[in-house]
Amino acid sequence: MSLTHSAHAPRHKRTLLLFLGFLFAALVLQSVSATSARADEVGTEYDFYFAGNVKYDSEPLEGVTISVDGNGYEAEVDTAADGKWKIGVPEKGTYTVTLDEETLPKGVIVAEGSASVEAEIKLTSSKIVNYFLGEGVRVTTSFWDQLAERLVNGLNFGLLLALAAVGASLVFGTTGLSNFAHGEMVTFGAVMAYVFANVLHWPLWGALVAAVIMSALFGFTLDTALWRPLRRKGIGIVQVMIVSIGLSLLIRYIFLYFIGGGTYQLPGAGEARITLFGTVALSVTDMVSMAVSVVVLLAVAWWLLRTRTGKATRAISDNPSLAAASGIDVDRVIRIVWILAAALAGLAGILWAYFRPGIKWDMGTQILLLVFGAIVLGGLGTAFGALIGAIIVGLLVEVSTLWIPSDIKYVGALVVLIAVLLVKPQGLLGRKERIG
Amino acid sequence: MSSSNAAPLKPVKSTGLHIGDAAPGVAKVDPIIIADNVTRQFGGLKAVDVEHLEIPRNAITALIGPNGAGKTTLFNLLTGFDKPDTGTWVFDGKQLNGVPAFKVARMGQVRTFQLTKALGLLTVLENMKLGSQKQKGEGIFASLIKPLWNKQEEEIEERALDILARFKLDTKKDDFAASLSGGQRKLLEMARALMSQPKLVMLDEPMAGVNPALTQSLLEHILDLKVQGMSVLFVEHDMQMVRHIADWVVVMAEGRVVAEGPPEDVMQNPAVIDAYLGSHQDVDLGVVTGRIAGEITSEVEDLLEEIDAETGVEHEIEQPPVVAPEKDEDSK
Amino acid sequence: MDWGSILSNTASWLISPETIAYALAALGLAVHFGYGGLLNFGMAAFMALGAYGYAISILTFGLPWWAGIIVGCLASVVFALILGIPTLRLRADYLAITTIAAAEIVRLLFTTQVFDSVTNSADGLGNYHAGFRAANPFPEGTYGFGPWTYNENGWWVRIFGICLLAVAALLVWLLMRSPWGRVLKGIREDEDAVRALGKNVFAYKMQALMVGGVFGALGGVVFALPSAVVPSVYVTSLTFFIWTILLLGGAATVFGPLLGAVIFWVIMGFLSNVLPALASSGFLPFMSTTQAATLRYILVGLALMLIVIFRPQGILGNKKELTFVK
Ligand SMILES: Nc1ncnc2c1ncn2[C@@H]1O[C@H](COP(=O)(O)OP(=O)(O)OP(=O)(O)O)[C@@H](O)[C@H]1O
Ligand SMILES: [Mg+2]
Repeated sequence: MSLTHSAHAPRHKRTLLLFLGFLFAALVLQSVSATSARADEVGTEYDFYFAGNVKYDSEPLEGVTISVDGNGYEAEVDTAADGKWKIGVPEKGTYTVTLDEETLPKGVIVAEGSASVEAEIKLTSSKIVNYFLGEGVRVTTSFWDQLAERLVNGLNFGLLLALAAVGASLVFGTTGLSNFAHGEMVTFGAVMAYVFANVLHWPLWGALVAAVIMSALFGFTLDTALWRPLRRKGIGIVQVMIVSIGLSLLIRYIFLYFIGGGTYQLPGAGEARITLFGTVALSVTDMVSMAVSVVVLLAVAWWLLRTRTGKATRAISDNPSLAAASGIDVDRVIRIVWILAAALAGLAGILWAYFRPGIKWDMGTQILLLVFGAIVLGGLGTAFGALIGAIIVGLLVEVSTLWIPSDIKYVGALVVLIAVLLVKPQGLLGRKERIG
Repeated sequence: MSSSNAAPLKPVKSTGLHIGDAAPGVAKVDPIIIADNVTRQFGGLKAVDVEHLEIPRNAITALIGPNGAGKTTLFNLLTGFDKPDTGTWVFDGKQLNGVPAFKVARMGQVRTFQLTKALGLLTVLENMKLGSQKQKGEGIFASLIKPLWNKQEEEIEERALDILARFKLDTKKDDFAASLSGGQRKLLEMARALMSQPKLVMLDEPMAGVNPALTQSLLEHILDLKVQGMSVLFVEHDMQMVRHIADWVVVMAEGRVVAEGPPEDVMQNPAVIDAYLGSHQDVDLGVVTGRIAGEITSEVEDLLEEIDAETGVEHEIEQPPVVAPEKDEDSK
Repeated sequence: MDWGSILSNTASWLISPETIAYALAALGLAVHFGYGGLLNFGMAAFMALGAYGYAISILTFGLPWWAGIIVGCLASVVFALILGIPTLRLRADYLAITTIAAAEIVRLLFTTQVFDSVTNSADGLGNYHAGFRAANPFPEGTYGFGPWTYNENGWWVRIFGICLLAVAALLVWLLMRSPWGRVLKGIREDEDAVRALGKNVFAYKMQALMVGGVFGALGGVVFALPSAVVPSVYVTSLTFFIWTILLLGGAATVFGPLLGAVIFWVIMGFLSNVLPALASSGFLPFMSTTQAATLRYILVGLALMLIVIFRPQGILGNKKELTFVK
């Protein structure tokens, strides 16, 4: 579902430098010199090479990016002032030579043939690759259309994150535990859906409902077999957190044990998209997914605000010993919270399986940090904060791909997470602790 | 020293500390702290709103007031543990607002906490040594070479043992602080504060949870501090003790200083009786002194009211679920 | 089933570069968590910075191997600074979440195509061994005895790693018996109390983060010395394995991390030999050899849980001196 628009290279670089500034000075310096002052010749140590001359209206073009890819080798150059370029390759064979149209002047495109050509070095040691440039308009999606598309995608992603984040936040609020096994609870839902739908061939709706019910049962089992005895034992909070890490490893590798390292699709994944407006196209699954998220989140909000147990949950998050002293059965409420959190996580897992798309043994772990990010962003332990935080994170991850390559799209969200802590340590909706 | 003082002591009260009438904000002859216009707001609640306050030097000043009056918050502000919304204050001639807590302590203004902070997994002696200032061995590079700090360490140990003996904790010196009783921890925290040779000692409810026998010796220690030339500011709910040892009493209510004066006079003040003594005289001290964790905000109260007590359920107050709401050193 | 070769393979893990590398990282974590109470869940990033710092210095900048090690350590110090400034003032659980997030950022940046020219993205880096091997004082040839028979390069990596580890352990021991260590332990117990005694808590935590981070980076270097640097190694699981080692051996001890690393790798080595062998010779029905290999990670998770619940002080820790205070 994440469309990769290969364009906008220059903008990528600038944004990236910003991120890097954050991180490691040595590498930054290196990558700056590597990207901006790139040579017009690379791989000169090799015996074989591709070369060419980029001209438009018999004027040489400078700074046009050419890349070569093939036989496990990749290289990139920018053309020199005379329009010339040269890329050495280690061995003979067929390579893909690509001219990056983004780096051409405005209004100029590759007129004949493709910007990507297959070129072969067979008998000679070199091959000249030239492109025929002409006037024309590249077919690109406008920025606003792309933005709209990403916003809708981001909302979808944010909503499914919210399902997981609200649950994790309720757990944190009532027990103080940052549950590192929450990602596995997400995966559990998806794996159960796979079992019911693909292995047992239940009808899809039945399978999904069964998966959520199994998730709730899973939460109940974990609470009964693990968390409750630990509470009884009066074990410290950091200890319980590390237990959750152990549990996360345990469950994750059990998934790997049973389903292996491959990716599996649920029925109906990757189906055709219906264009809604502009370039925004959504599949039926996407729309159903968003609707389900919204309805479930509203139901949870109603539960928290209107029911006795929901209110008790909030009271415990506010002040556990006071709540206990005033006659709330804390243990029972926590058990319900675990069940609810597991069911929500399971549902999030199913939706995540459609969004990614695919079921994989470590799929939950992939979004665990985004879930934590959402919780921190919204203020630790407030369910509504987590909801807002999740939607912000979801939007951020998707929208940031307008500027940064999609293989580091989570970086943006994680940097923002750290930045929020820097500016407002108690999160957006949290409050300060007292000292003394 | 005081430990050899068997007879019940009659404290020597310092008098003539103030200039003019003993009204809130009255000027002192020799103030060690002068605070102006210090305010701190929590949401809609103005926890501290002190227009002008001076703490006399080389005297024992008691800070009293009902629960939630803002005493601890004022302590936090004065010691740099919390930041005020407005206000300035001067300690021993130096402007202190905005100065971080550890620097405040280095200048000679040390505090203890209402909820005792003994360092449980350090021994009593290590706790004490930690209190000493300007240790060479606390620099990361110097710490690697023992001869650089060995001599100073021995001096510190000697001083620590001396103070421990005065607090009758010397037999416990090699025990983990976590194994001490609540009252002993209060003693240890105070003894540790003294290791830094402060000018002003600020004690937040030093007597809370200490049994009457120990209370007596704690009082002696506090009086002893004055003899040694230090100034003391302490928070206390027990009027008996305040009357007994304080040279000066500051009364706070709802964040403001509502009265000031020598103990005998303040106790007669109708404003004080109204704001504090009247409504709280019958309250058990143990409840007052913060063993109930956390503050009850009105929001929580509303929530709780909406929830009926779930009947027939035993709830474990001693073992709250997983989280300890406050950092509680007893959690063993 | 060839028990001879299984046992010999297992024994060779005793002084494998992996064992030494993990021990170094666990020692760093002991400084962070065991003594300083810092919940650092980003150890993998410190190791990655050490490894990449080393490899990139040599491959891209042409620095000598020892300078590569220094660059790796400096990179981890810079990372500690960047990580510590915003987070060390925060509550412990915030620190946990931010360190793990920062570690993921580092890994993603090493993995992305964007810096391919330097990091070789997902394929990782290799072929930086020449300098280190040229400095090898051991004569050419294969020697040793029993399971510990290696060629001159194998010995050089191991001896060099063990020397680093010994120096690191000595440093930790010296630090922790000093007043500096006392302050750090005090901070672990209650930082407000230590602050009230006039100690610059932030500075101490930062120093601890840097010291432990450098040990982590050295671990990364030792990990990289014999083989290659691949980004997919430095995932959060790596951090969690280091935690398992630390808690197994004893968090607030000098030798706990070393013992933990040895036990961890010897058991892992044993299982990785014995489980697939059992599966392929039919002793473990319903189990393929890949499943048998996965089984040991399941056991790691289980072991971590059991240690933390039933013996949180670890093997060498003092029962009274539990490090889990809060
Ligand atoms: N961090 C905080 N956040 C919100 N409100 C706070 C905070 N700290 C203190 N308050 C509020 O400020 C008021 C003053 O609290 P403070 O602890 O200073 O009272 P106190 O005079 O020390 O009371 P006590 O005698 O019970 O110790 C209280 O109403 C309390 O609820
Ligand atoms: Mg108070």
